[in-house]
Amino acid sequence: MTLRRSMLFLPGSNAAMLSTAFVYKPDSIMFDLEDAVSLREKDAARLLVFHALGLPVYKDIETVVRINPLSTPFGLKDLEAAVRGGADIIRLPKTDSPEDVHQLETEVERIEVQCGRPQGSTKLMAAIESASGVINALAIATSSPRMIGIALAGFDYVMDMQTERGDGTELFYARCAVLHAARAAGIDAFDVVFSDVNDEAGFLKEVELIKRLGFNGKSLINPRQIELLHNAYAPTEEEVDYARRVVAAARAAEQQGLGVIALNGKMIDAPIVNHARRVLDRAQASGTRK
Amino acid sequence: MQIVKEALAGTLESSDLMVKVAPSSDGTLDVVINSEVMRQFGAQIEKVVRETLVRLGVVEGLVVVEDKGALDCAIRARLQTAVMRGADCRDLDWSILS
Repeated sequence: MTLRRSMLFLPGSNAAMLSTAFVYKPDSIMFDLEDAVSLREKDAARLLVFHALGLPVYKDIETVVRINPLSTPFGLKDLEAAVRGGADIIRLPKTDSPEDVHQLETEVERIEVQCGRPQGSTKLMAAIESASGVINALAIATSSPRMIGIALAGFDYVMDMQTERGDGTELFYARCAVLHAARAAGIDAFDVVFSDVNDEAGFLKEVELIKRLGFNGKSLINPRQIELLHNAYAPTEEEVDYARRVVAAARAAEQQGLGVIALNGKMIDAPIVNHARRVLDRAQASGTRK
Repeated sequence: MQIVKEALAGTLESSDLMVKVAPSSDGTLDVVINSEVMRQFGAQIEKVVRETLVRLGVVEGLVVVEDKGALDCAIRARLQTAVMRGADCRDLDWSILS
């Protein structure tokens, strides 16, 4: 089970953070070559990320590189650095249509051949940051077998919608659209960053909402948010106990050749059993909620 | 790669380094390394710097490294950036950067 609860953003130009971020143990580390890097440092960040990807400490953690859009002078160079450096996943910003992903995929295939990397080993994810992107979310999510997820990027999206961040109402449709597209495509869905790192209560309230909606996790901008997020996503002891009983009942029914599973007199169907197995997997990977 | 102008890369923050390159006035290659961890890692830092310059084909110029405890990967990246800026080189040859 690949847990993708936390995707920690790191500015690609910051040597110290690139060298030490693994200690915070996010599920994925995202080296940012886009918004977090000034125009004059794009070349430096690209090389820093290229070399940081080769550090042994990043062999056991999923690495993501957010490149600049391919329509900019930086995008293709970023992609060369990321694929050749060994990034697990390329995050494409400002994805408006499946054609954006197709263009990225073509370039990734070419670079993999040129640098001798196994074909198909570079996975992709798309960040949706506009009304067009939200409308095309399903087509984007299903645009390539390399796609592992789609992420909603809140700031650009609310700007495009001519509104601003508030209590979450402004993101409700986009969150649901992105999430449904991801689930229909069988890939992961990531929620927006929560930028006020000092507002733990607000962060946890948003995490509770997106967890209930069904998101796999969130993009994060501060390591302090990792433990809070992981704990909120961990199942409770009660949930684990119930999941154990559901799975045991399913096993017993299977051994007895029964088509119907019952627990405490209530019928349990396959989706509930599958959910229970996911709860146990998550508990095994992350422990129970503190 | 020939250094044709002065160039800088990096910062003086902890775990980073600042690299300055300049054209040579007499056709020689001069490397100056200052580091907070010179006593423990000076030899390793110089090895990384020299190897990187060889791979970049830099045979003359002045290279000044102010190290603040950077990892080898950061040393390679900052040095490559400074040299490429100093050489006015915009197209990367990835085979010499690994």
